[in-house]
Amino acid sequence: MKIRDCLEALRRGGDRALIPFITAGDPDLETTARALRVLDGAGADIIELGVPYSDPLADGPTIQAAATRALQRGTRLDGVLEMLSGVSPDLQAPIILFTYYNPILNRGIDKFLSQIAAAGASGLVVPDLPLEEAEEVVTLGQKHGIEVILLVAPTTPDDRIAAIAEKSQGFIYLVSVTGVTGARSGIDSRVKDLLDKMRSLTDKPIGVGFGISQPEHARQVANWGADAVISGSAFVKRLSEGTPEEGLRSIEAFCRSLKGAISD
Amino acid sequence: MTVTPIAPNTQQPDRLGRFGQFGGKYVPETLMPALTELEAAFARYRDDADFQAELDDLLRDYVGRSSPLYYASRLSESYQQNGKGPHIYLKREDLNHTGAHKINNALAQALLAKRMGKQRIIAETGAGQHGVATATACARFGLECVVYMGVQDMERQALNVIRMKLLGATVAPVEAGTGTLKDATSEAIRDWVTNVETTHYILGSVAGPHPYPMMVREFHRVIGQETRLQCEEKWGGLPDVLLACVGGGSNAIGLFYDFLGDASIRLIGVEAAGEGADSHKHAATLTRGRVGVLHGAMSYLLQDEDGQVQEAHSISAGLDYPGVGPEHSYLKETGRVEYYSVTDAQALDAFQRLSELEGIIPALETAHAIAYLDTLCPQLEDGTRIVINCSGRGDKDVATAAKALFK
Repeated sequence: MKIRDCLEALRRGGDRALIPFITAGDPDLETTARALRVLDGAGADIIELGVPYSDPLADGPTIQAAATRALQRGTRLDGVLEMLSGVSPDLQAPIILFTYYNPILNRGIDKFLSQIAAAGASGLVVPDLPLEEAEEVVTLGQKHGIEVILLVAPTTPDDRIAAIAEKSQGFIYLVSVTGVTGARSGIDSRVKDLLDKMRSLTDKPIGVGFGISQPEHARQVANWGADAVISGSAFVKRLSEGTPEEGLRSIEAFCRSLKGAISD
Repeated sequence: MTVTPIAPNTQQPDRLGRFGQFGGKYVPETLMPALTELEAAFARYRDDADFQAELDDLLRDYVGRSSPLYYASRLSESYQQNGKGPHIYLKREDLNHTGAHKINNALAQALLAKRMGKQRIIAETGAGQHGVATATACARFGLECVVYMGVQDMERQALNVIRMKLLGATVAPVEAGTGTLKDATSEAIRDWVTNVETTHYILGSVAGPHPYPMMVREFHRVIGQETRLQCEEKWGGLPDVLLACVGGGSNAIGLFYDFLGDASIRLIGVEAAGEGADSHKHAATLTRGRVGVLHGAMSYLLQDEDGQVQEAHSISAGLDYPGVGPEHSYLKETGRVEYYSVTDAQALDAFQRLSELEGIIPALETAHAIAYLDTLCPQLEDGTRIVINCSGRGDKDVATAAKALFK
């Protein structure tokens, strides 16, 4: 239970986790491998790695475009896992793989989980696999030591939050907006109420993501009591701008600034 | 003749929205409460007398139902050999208001949205027929309407884009992917995820997450129910073969559903083989796909070896989709329905043939079903009665057809 242990250790020390997200293969897998090392050294406590998919329903324009670029460059699941196998032994931060359900189903759920565990992943987020459909993946995940993280949305009713919290491994992923991934100008104060409500229903760690693109957002969410702050599109955008070198420098600085904002 | 379009469903899907292994709800958590709400609203109003009365009135006076069952004598004659051959009938859904079967579902869902207190409607469209039907229903009920449409489809179905705009809808162009129905559907789902609290998504086929495949089927069942009565009136019996094109599969399910229990009737769905089912440019999902998940449902899917969804191809925008409704996957696996495919060229040929022989210009989607007659008819005994769902009219397709036929 690397992810849950990591979050609980941070909580005991009065700290919060920063979880940056990048899309594998954008601009190429070599840069992705370097980016994982850079983030690991720049304050990322856990790293979420997106497997590019042709029809990313839960993603906004930034991550959609990154996935399209990665696929156009020929990024394949096997390539992502091979890259990850090479890097993961050197990383402090546990890795969460983010992928849509069809590539998992296509490979076979058991085989997929076994392969990502062998490559060094610790967790899995599947944005189009709600509670009702998640049973098999969660159970087989436990067999392979993969913590399957389920999502709660602003629209989720209380009894459902409790059921999701019960089933979710690692932490509970609170989607901070009614919408897809992507930068927003601010964080809805509704997130505070949701966090309070979730706290009353579960002891498991809670991570907040979607729309967090600035240090002030991260600080706000941390102050409201999140155990982890997840930021995706803002990293993906920075990494894709300019040369890979410039992109890597840019995400390193950004990662430090977000970690600084939540550790004040 | 008045037919009550919704009757209690006894068999499929199960409580989790499954037809065998197919169906389900593979959507972001944000949408799950909305699907539950929709399921509850549908369950409540399908048996509600006021709702049914309002829908029946609309279907009769606004849509023009029932649609005729027309004996296509010259088409039938064209398949005769030595004075023997099939009798071909067309279920004239093309004569409905807005020119296709799509209005049955769009009106019913708009009525449901109104009951649910949703003032904003979104829809996806490929050929534009569902978009036009939804825009029409929204105009009729004074609802805000946004229709997502791929940029390639906006070009090849330009007439329908203008119709939607005239009806007061916003047509939102989708550039992602190939700019076709799959991409438009993804974008509509993203909009719904964002605006779910104020918006109802009028999905236009028997695809998507539960309860859509069941609900859309129920709103199109009227097609088969009328057909059964009309066959009884015309020759005092049942048809022998039912034939319909399949993209997502709404017109086919609508025609087939009430005959699933009549084992003597052959049910045949025809997919789009594009440039050939052996080429890489086709939309023959049931013929060539593998089980996967797209747009919220488990079903057959055109995908590569990594599980990435492949781009479909068909000259017909309404069939240009790499997925198919989950109930069709179930009906294929159980063997109850046969599925075949015909190419762009065969469909164009049928498009012209029906126009010349019957004075009916069918939609290119519908032309796929017509085209399969060439293969089917020589196998049949003399006097076999075939009912084809003439699911839409072809005005929207004349530019595409002109390019292909008169070049």
